[in-house]
Amino acid sequence: MKLELRGISKAFGSFYANKDIDLTVDDAQIHCLLGENGAGKSTLMNVLYGLYQPTEGQILLDGKPVEFSGPGDAMAAGIGMVHQHFMLVPVFTVAENIALGAETTKAGGVLDLQVTRKKIREISDRYGFDVDPDAIVEDLPVGVQQRVEIIKALVRDARILILDEPTAVLTPQETDELLDIMRQLKANGTSIVFISHKLREVRAVSDVITVIRRGEVIDSVSPQASTTELANLMVGRAVELNLNKAAATPGAAALEVRDLSVVDPAGTTTLDSVSFTIHEGEILAVAGVQGNGQTELTEAILGTQPVTGGSVKLAGEELVGKSVKSILRSGLGFVPEDRSVHGLVTQFSIEENLVLDLYDRPPFGKGISMNLEAIKKNAKEQIEGFDVRTDNPLNPASSLSGGNQQKVVMARELSRDLKLFIASQPTRGVDVGSIEFLHRRIVAERDKGTPVMIVSTELDEVMELADRIAVLYKGRINGIVPGDTSREVLGLMMAGVSQEEAFAQAEYSKADNEPVEAQPASEHDNQEGEAQ
Amino acid sequence: MSEKAPVVPDSGKPGNDLLRQITQGPGLVSVLGVIVALVIGGLLIAVTDEKVGETAGYLLAKPSAFFSEFWRAATESYVALFNGSIYNSTQGFKPFLETLTVSTPLICAGLGVAVAFRAGLFNIGAQGQIIIGSVLAAYIGFAWHLPIGLHLLLVIVFGLLGGAIWGGLVGLLKAKTGAHEVILTIMFNYVAVYLIDFLMNTQAFRRPGETNPISPILDSSAIFPAIPGSRLHLGFVMAVLLVLAVAWMFKRSTVGFEFRAVGHNPEAAQTAGINVARTTIIAMALAGALAGAAGVAQVAGTEKVLTGGIAGSLGFDAITVALLGRSTPWGTFFAGLLFGAFQAGAVNMQITTGTPIDIVSVVQSLIVLFIAAPPLVKAIFGMNRKKKRSSKLEPTKAGAK
Amino acid sequence: MTATTLQPAINVLPSKKTPIILTVIAVITFFSFGLLGNDQAAHFTLNSAGDAFELPELVLPGRITNIVFGVLLLAIAAYSWMQRKQGKALATWMIAVAAILFVLGFLVWVVSGANINSISLASLLAGGVVLAVPLVFGSLSGVLSERAGVVNIAIEGQLLGGAFTAAIVASVTQNAFAGLIAAGLAGAVVSLVLALFSIKYVVNQIIVGVVLNVLVSGITGFLFTTVMQEDPELFNSPVHLPVVEIPLLSAIPVIGPILFKQSVIGYLMYLAVFLVWFGLFKTKWGLRVRAVGEHPKAADTLGIKVNSIRFWNVTLGGIVAGIGGSFFTLVAIDSFTKEISGGRGFIALAAVIFGRWNPIGAFLAALLFGFADNLQVILTIIGTPVPSQFMAMLPYLVTIFAVAGLVGRSRGPAAAGEPYVKE
Repeated sequence: MKLELRGISKAFGSFYANKDIDLTVDDAQIHCLLGENGAGKSTLMNVLYGLYQPTEGQILLDGKPVEFSGPGDAMAAGIGMVHQHFMLVPVFTVAENIALGAETTKAGGVLDLQVTRKKIREISDRYGFDVDPDAIVEDLPVGVQQRVEIIKALVRDARILILDEPTAVLTPQETDELLDIMRQLKANGTSIVFISHKLREVRAVSDVITVIRRGEVIDSVSPQASTTELANLMVGRAVELNLNKAAATPGAAALEVRDLSVVDPAGTTTLDSVSFTIHEGEILAVAGVQGNGQTELTEAILGTQPVTGGSVKLAGEELVGKSVKSILRSGLGFVPEDRSVHGLVTQFSIEENLVLDLYDRPPFGKGISMNLEAIKKNAKEQIEGFDVRTDNPLNPASSLSGGNQQKVVMARELSRDLKLFIASQPTRGVDVGSIEFLHRRIVAERDKGTPVMIVSTELDEVMELADRIAVLYKGRINGIVPGDTSREVLGLMMAGVSQEEAFAQAEYSKADNEPVEAQPASEHDNQEGEAQ
Repeated sequence: MSEKAPVVPDSGKPGNDLLRQITQGPGLVSVLGVIVALVIGGLLIAVTDEKVGETAGYLLAKPSAFFSEFWRAATESYVALFNGSIYNSTQGFKPFLETLTVSTPLICAGLGVAVAFRAGLFNIGAQGQIIIGSVLAAYIGFAWHLPIGLHLLLVIVFGLLGGAIWGGLVGLLKAKTGAHEVILTIMFNYVAVYLIDFLMNTQAFRRPGETNPISPILDSSAIFPAIPGSRLHLGFVMAVLLVLAVAWMFKRSTVGFEFRAVGHNPEAAQTAGINVARTTIIAMALAGALAGAAGVAQVAGTEKVLTGGIAGSLGFDAITVALLGRSTPWGTFFAGLLFGAFQAGAVNMQITTGTPIDIVSVVQSLIVLFIAAPPLVKAIFGMNRKKKRSSKLEPTKAGAK
Repeated sequence: MTATTLQPAINVLPSKKTPIILTVIAVITFFSFGLLGNDQAAHFTLNSAGDAFELPELVLPGRITNIVFGVLLLAIAAYSWMQRKQGKALATWMIAVAAILFVLGFLVWVVSGANINSISLASLLAGGVVLAVPLVFGSLSGVLSERAGVVNIAIEGQLLGGAFTAAIVASVTQNAFAGLIAAGLAGAVVSLVLALFSIKYVVNQIIVGVVLNVLVSGITGFLFTTVMQEDPELFNSPVHLPVVEIPLLSAIPVIGPILFKQSVIGYLMYLAVFLVWFGLFKTKWGLRVRAVGEHPKAADTLGIKVNSIRFWNVTLGGIVAGIGGSFFTLVAIDSFTKEISGGRGFIALAAVIFGRWNPIGAFLAALLFGFADNLQVILTIIGTPVPSQFMAMLPYLVTIFAVAGLVGRSRGPAAAGEPYVKE
């Protein structure tokens, strides 16, 4: 089916999340929407799927204009969507989830899941999905849940499939399998809109790439375009990958993590005997695909995650078993990965958020009383020092943009003398201007002699900041390598290839100057899509 | 979705809406909500009035009689209410003292509910906390015989303690097991009700020679001094002091900061080193203590004895007081005064016009409902024409279909 | 530096709560009921008037019985500790057996220690069912709305509204069935207010529920005084629904009176439990309702009208609870009085939770609470050592244990309490 979007705009109040977007997806085409977080890709797809009503513009299917008042209409017209956060009822079985909304019934509205089960098996066999219709969804791995979502769309005869950031939660292997599935679907005549900000995947699978920035279409290019070219289009300026930071001058070992393990309530080992050391005055970046134990690692150090074994020593002092408060007291500055959930109380004023973990110590608090004047004064200083854009420090933090919110968190955590600084995803969802600012601050903290740990799933950020890089894979450290290690090696290591082999393979591919896909089959060949 | 609509950067969590609903709201809408509730209450009074019923019989023949009776019935009751709660020509402002008396426990218990709200906890359990507070306070008051000053002080301390234990238990269970405080507090209310029922039938609590379940009168050293000729006692001053203390706590204390942080976003609070479990327990204990203060005001001030019905419907009224007061200390204070006036005046109203006291519950609950739904009040007064376009986006079709 | 040794996943042991509770009740049964119990025999009669044939009286010696029960319970407790060590949870039926042993042991203990050492088990059960009827309807109302994601604290108001309306309509029309229908409508009206405020105006569902209870109590109390008491002959003398005996079947001892000697509302109760269960778990409607209660956004993306489903479910719940409320004034009690529902809406809420949001579970929980309620009455009559107030507390204490996770983890619908607003 051919899909055309003509002049689509979507406004929230006075803000345009999408502005005058034209997009054409041909029959049996994989069309990628590439853009940064917050560029307006998901909004556009929600408009297409009937979840939002467009402020202006027209949607055409096979040349005929259509209007969707809800997702039901979109589905009826042959559009299916796999949301980034799966729209599956966790306690339902696969069959129940797939039947939902399009149930087959016997007399009297009695549910007949046999028909659904049969359809699931058919589709599952056709694409090699291996999905059990009677499994409970919450027991399934993320990759399988995603297949359930795809089956859900296919059962409804979707001829256009929207995949919203489908690889964000997948392991490299699962990502490769998904790309294969996409190719198969295309071969069967399904059109696919593939939303992503990961350049390598996009280039591997797309027929056409449309770049969106700040709600507008910037350009449509072919997948042959270079990575740098795509990155520049996506970000809107020449991406400068060089912070020009001075070489690190590491001092004594400061943070020593030994055999740290975490088991989640379901019994899965999410962090498996992790050991590493960070020295004073160096940045250790933790790289890895999302969900490989990064969150557990930082939270275990902070003390919000119960550990099942191991030790964390900061300047010789054991942190495991201590309360969060006393760990923060011993000199940890902590920037959590999700600022609006863990970093800020968004309803609190900026002023209050700037002392969120300092409110009870001098000069802000003494005993149970708080010094409001000191809090006010602190706010003024930090807002100036970090260039937080606001007209009133008493405004709630929710009134700030993402970048400014992140500055508030960073300012707070860097406002005291630190013995260790940990920042997770320090620039996620932050505008480009602020990224550079925040990066410089992190490096400045290092230069003061503080040991710094950065956790990021963005390889660019890791490579820009790191003095050394630890790669996390499936809860384990898959090697610690120098900060100037090549992207290829890091990619392979993130996919689970061992350090030695990753270096060897990278050498080989450089010498051969061949695309990795063309390599002879090896033990790891199914992971190379991600590595490339 | 990887991106949120930037106009709503604070997606927050649904739980936060509760706090926003309670703590924020335009003043005008509150006033209008009170008016609408009073009007509905007036209609109810008029419709059930006998004379109105009679005149309705010849409505077509003589409509003026019907409407004048209708107006009379509705206004007469409210005038009686006013006379019994604020001012009347024979007693002057003396009824206002009664209003202050009735308000005292409402304000204390209202604060108890409000403090919990601010910490993100729904304290339906003021009723039980009042009961346990008054049991302990009363027991110290009649069973112990201590010097003036010390006795009353201990009565207050034990009353607060009783409430704090009953509330703190809920906090403890919530913090340790994750059980929902709404269910827990409801259940604790009933346990308290049966507990006091049991105690009132024991030797220790039953007044000697009395067959009814009523305790001995508290020692005079255990009772708040009162203004002669009225029931108003020093407990009111205690209530005002508690309002001041809670106001200070929320604005200038680390405890208040912790309560508010946990109430809005427990995850962020935990990341910032605040012990969420401990805060929950303290908040519930403090809420219970404030409700316990209401029990103290009852046994050591207004009633001077302990009975099974000592808490009346105070615990539930306290919820409406806190909601109307938007869970701010001074808001709760004034809401307590308003509902205190209703209840004080209702007694006079029932005597002079025969309108049952129950009308007060009706008006009180309507006020809370209207204030919680500003769009409804605005719709009643035709105030939301401008916003019609945006409200079209709301998924309110369900209601219409 | 690289940690490569693969550790086996550490087993997380199941909670200690179950074994601890089992141990505690085993010890209580063995020592307090057994060794320290009364040695007299407890007599349980199984027949009631009109039974077709005689069953022998059950005579259990107080101390011996409880020592035996205590040993059995200790064995179960020990087994559950062993199971826990192996990382396994105790089978549900074992927990059920333990609960039954404990309850029986308790009964034997109180009856053997009472002034009169005999109670009629048949009337204890039958009376319990009668007391449970409004609880069952109320809890079905809770299940219906909470499964769709709307917390229903207003069950008490729905019962009270139903009771009042049934009384007044059945009096004025002199027709009990008119009262029954009117009660359903009254419950629906209470529900409509709940739905309107919580769904359309997105007011916190708990606030609306709490306030609605006060509102209904106020309105019925007001009208009781101004209308009903003015002319009780006309307005408060409801015609009652007859008890319908099914011939032969009703003469079976013990189960006859429970299943085949009920008022119309009693039979409706069994039907309603089945229908709600069947509807929720076997039909398209139920699938959608549960989806809306668990993950409304997912349901929305599949074209299901979330708020419409919620609205109708809350309303349906109101009808069910309203009918349950009519039981007070059309069957159980002669006329309406203020607060006639007496907090049973909250016990029904407890039954919803204790029954894990399952209609059958809620039904069984309501039966248990009705049974406890009746037991309290009977025990007062025979003069037991346990103050009746503590028996009356039982449903509430049990619920506290249940929500605190001591009786398995009860997980409610994930989206209950959360309004659904599209972005």
